[in-house]
Formats: sequence, structure tokens, C-alpha cells
Amino acid sequence: MALRDIVLYPDNRLKTVCSPVERFDAELRDFVNDLLDTCASGPGAVGIAAPQVGLLQRICIVDATRARKPVANHGKLILVNPEITAWEGFAVGREGCLSVPDYTGNVVRAEKIQLRAHDIDGNLLSFEMEGYEARIAQHEIDHLDGILFLDRLISRGADLFQRKPAKGKAD
Amino acid sequence: MNNHHWKLLTLVGPDRPGIVAAVSRVLLGAGAELGEASMMRLGGLFTIMLMVGLEGDGVHLKGLLESVRNEYKLRVHVDELNAGLHRRIEPDARITVYGADRTGIVFEVTDALAQAGLSITDLRSDVAGSEDKPIYIMSIEGVAQQGFAALEQALGNIPGDMRVTLEPIELMRG
Repeated sequence: MALRDIVLYPDNRLKTVCSPVERFDAELRDFVNDLLDTCASGPGAVGIAAPQVGLLQRICIVDATRARKPVANHGKLILVNPEITAWEGFAVGREGCLSVPDYTGNVVRAEKIQLRAHDIDGNLLSFEMEGYEARIAQHEIDHLDGILFLDRLISRGADLFQRKPAKGKAD
Repeated sequence: MNNHHWKLLTLVGPDRPGIVAAVSRVLLGAGAELGEASMMRLGGLFTIMLMVGLEGDGVHLKGLLESVRNEYKLRVHVDELNAGLHRRIEPDARITVYGADRTGIVFEVTDALAQAGLSITDLRSDVAGSEDKPIYIMSIEGVAQQGFAALEQALGNIPGDMRVTLEPIELMRG
């Protein structure tokens, strides 16, 4: 197990567009193992992207199995050259980031997405994700484009009133 | 960072453009560090609570602000507290309440939440609607120290004229 140091903002590597992975080789496999270990050791982390450990390539982990409460998920995913191909709906959620300690904020994300990515062997995969898992994927893929959740913050007071009443008295 | 003593500065006065800039200009000139702050317009007034890191005591800080206080007709209050940065706690529950305005809403809701173990981290409220038919809107975030089910149960007892929503804040950290 090898943990890599987390790159913290304002390090400029976090604001850099990453390059596609072209070689699916042992080096990639070693890196992904480190990335998985680093994600698993991050406090409450459900995902991580390669630039967060300083490698400017389009690789990320999406792991909704680590959510505090169980959510619909595809397991622990290693996504290489991921690309979101469709977006549907939107939702506000609270996000934090390993690279931005001690801060959380509200971010609007698509509720459902379709995603294409390579696996670690270069096979093309596609996913339909929703809710929490879709949020993780959008956050991590943003990292590959040099975008932080800080770039997408909405006001803490913003409240879309898209919820079910706590009491069954809605009319 | 610095060996500053953090103070909590509260300013209230008639709202007009430029107050924050005027205050922060003075504080910058005095070598102060600014921390967490919350400014809101309440009842048409400018209000701000601001963490200021500065050597010297509260009297010194008030002295620095004297000309700004005078120019902007501000009330100035300084608390010297054992405060510091990086002491945030993450809320895990959000409650929204709204309905026709009447007395007692805040007490009924917050008393129920307190008894169910909610530690409030953020509370905002507004009176909206028309002047003759005002509606009260309140948004609360907090830490559910006795779990979510206790909050659900407590909110079930709020009088039926109030619409109450409770939802978890599921933090996503990646």
C-alpha cells in the first residue's frame, strides 16, 4: 500500500486541464492502486482524481460504496478518460474536497448522468448514474478539467424547496 | 498564523454602500487579519459580525474604528473570546419552516429541535408576503446529535399551520 500526498489548493495543478491516458500499462495499474489507497485513507472520501495527487492525467475513482448512508451505486469504480455524455435534472448538495480542507459548500449538479469511460485495461464502459454517485462522478471529472467545487458554489441560503414535507400534510 | 488574539467585532448601523470597504481599509492598515464573517441586511440595517485578529485589546480595536464609526453612524461592539479559525463543525440536517406569521413559531420549532438533540449551526429567517398577510420563513441547519429519527418525531408535533421539511445534508467529499 502506497499513499500519495494530497495536493492542496491553491496549488496550480488543481486548476490544470489533464491529458488523456494513452497507455494502459503496468505503470497505470501501479498508479491506480496508489490512488485507491489514498482515497480509502482520506477522511470520509468517496472519490478522488489523479490531479489531487499531482498526476495530470484523466483518471479518477468514484466509490459510492463509502457513502455514510447506503445509496444506489456501481461499486468502486476506476474511470480512465471519463466523459459525461448526457445530463438530466438538477439537485443541490453539500460538497467538500480533500484538496480544500475545512470547507464545504452547496453545489448544483445534474441529478442523472450518462458516462463513458475506459477501465484500467482500456475497455470502454458506460454507466447511468443518479443522485449521490452521479454527484461524485461530476465532482471528480471536474477535477480532470481543472474545476473545483469552489468554482460552482451557490449561496448557503439558496434553497430550491424541492423536498418532501416532514409531515404528511402537503396538499 | 500570527500570534493574534481573535476578537469578534459586531457593527450595526444604517445601510449604505462602502461600509465593509471602509472598515477593512482601517483594519488592513493596522495589520489586522480577518477571519470568518457574516454580513446581512436585517430590518433595513447593515449588520456584520467579523472575526478580527489583532494585537492589543478591544479598546484598541474600537479606537482604530472611531472615525469609521463616526462617519457611518455605526454601533461598535467587541468581544474578546477564545475564538479561532478552523473550528467548523459540519451540519447533517436541514429544516425549513414556513407559514402564516404568528407569535411563537421560533420557540415551538427550536424547542422541539433542541429537545431532539439538534445543535443549530445556522439559522436564517425572513418575514415575507404582504404587510397585512405576512408569512414567516425559517431555514435551519444543525448537527443531529441524537440522530435523525428523533428530529422527525419532534417535528411531527409542530402545529399544523406550519409547513415543515426536514432533510439530511449528505456531505460528498471527493
